[in-house]
Amino acid sequence: MAFSMTPVWRWFHRWTSPPNFYRIARPWALGLMLVGGVALLVAWIWGLVFAPEDYLQGNSYRIIFVHVPSASASLAMYLSMAILAVISLVWKIKLADMVLRQCIPVGLTLTALALISGAIWGRPTWGVYWIWDARLTSMLVQLFLFIGMWAIHTAIEQQKLADKATAILVLVGFVNLPIIKWSVDWWNTMHQPATIRITGETTMVWEMLAPLLLSMAATYCVVAALVLYRTRWEILYRERKTRWVQDELGLRGQA
Amino acid sequence: MMFLLRREWLLSWRRRSELINPLVFNLMVVALFPLGITPDPDELAVLAPGILWVAALLATLLSLDLMFRYDHQDGSLEQVATSGTPLAALILAKILNHWLFTGLALTLMSPLLGLMLNLPISLMPLTLLVLALGTLVFSTIGAIGAALVAGLRRSGLLLSLLVIPLYIPVLILGTGSINAALAGVSFVAPLSALAALACMALALAPWVAAAALQLSIND
Amino acid sequence: MGYFDSFSDFIRMGNHGVFVWSVYGITVFTILGHWLGLRLQKRRLVTEMQRLKKRGQL
Repeated sequence: MAFSMTPVWRWFHRWTSPPNFYRIARPWALGLMLVGGVALLVAWIWGLVFAPEDYLQGNSYRIIFVHVPSASASLAMYLSMAILAVISLVWKIKLADMVLRQCIPVGLTLTALALISGAIWGRPTWGVYWIWDARLTSMLVQLFLFIGMWAIHTAIEQQKLADKATAILVLVGFVNLPIIKWSVDWWNTMHQPATIRITGETTMVWEMLAPLLLSMAATYCVVAALVLYRTRWEILYRERKTRWVQDELGLRGQA
Repeated sequence: MMFLLRREWLLSWRRRSELINPLVFNLMVVALFPLGITPDPDELAVLAPGILWVAALLATLLSLDLMFRYDHQDGSLEQVATSGTPLAALILAKILNHWLFTGLALTLMSPLLGLMLNLPISLMPLTLLVLALGTLVFSTIGAIGAALVAGLRRSGLLLSLLVIPLYIPVLILGTGSINAALAGVSFVAPLSALAALACMALALAPWVAAAALQLSIND
Repeated sequence: MGYFDSFSDFIRMGNHGVFVWSVYGITVFTILGHWLGLRLQKRRLVTEMQRLKKRGQL
């Protein structure tokens, strides 16, 4: 393919080479973790201490500063994983496989966190921990999909095979996600549950919205940093037989 | 294509005793529900569509594992892949065959099970139609899962983990249309959605499964 | 302090304290878990490789 000869491609290839990415990812991970961590702390203090009480739900609504960011980040994570899967399958970039592999535990955690925080929020709001609401149900299915990806990657021992199989599964799941979401929505309206909508027409006041937006931005930073850290680890692990990793781990000096 | 179908048919026929297992399993699962929940006929009638679907889903899962197993073990998959026959065609043949031996068989069983669960007889034609469509989607999507784990030695449980989330829309639409009929509302919407799903799955899944199968053949 | 009248009000959160604080606790715990797990894995890799090195298998 002619494109593979262009300087842009060559630059891209060099940029995504594991040793190079390992090096440049470090300051990014560190910076994002610092910025995200501080911003998350500020957002939480803002939301927990200074934001006013919700007149309907009382103080339990303060869970929103964990719930909404993790739910939205988990969806964003799924989208980026689908993009990575395409990159992995079409252009066969090794780095995409490594990032994809480490996105799985982070996405799994985010989805679980969104579900758990939602369930705990449900108790004071709806009176029950779990209802088969359309959102909760499709989130639960998303959790199943993440578990499936993780399971297939651990089950297949051959690295390359595991990567490709996972990428295919990610794409299949991604195509299915809107269908699942739609069907669950349809199913739910058929059941017509008597529940209070969390995201009703009530527009949020600025004092609540501002810390929420900040917590979302902060969560995205922390999540990106976590993925970068995890990718660095994945690179080390997969290239552990190479000279540069052994140099990096300080193993070659000693004999 | 006809040749491929015929080959699959003959191979399955030779293993027919193995293919009975999912059907017996289906019967047993259905029998568990009244024992576990309630023997009350009125309550069972309400639960019947869901029970029939869950049992059919589980029985299909049980049989998916065999879709590529033997062909992978004896190397005939590789032969097909190198002979110039498109892998997707082989997979389509396998899907149709799997549906014929498992999905259709489960469907034909369902009126009997429906009677045991006090499902109104007037709903039987719809149940048959919906189950036939739904099990076709089960076989089709299941082929992707089976292809992904074809190279693994022990894959039954993993296969279920991968495939169950993808089966959820079928379950919802399938039970939904019978429930709608049971409640006396129009079941056209879920039924046509299910048909659309079946068309889409049949058009796409063979290619995806072929890509997945290619991975395990190459190594 | 802030929106609340007193610190104990802040902790109680109008009887919703258990729910709010458990969610925040779980979140902090999972972030720390990811971080610690990663460090542990890396340390394990290094010791494993040092062991291989000593036996001359690297």
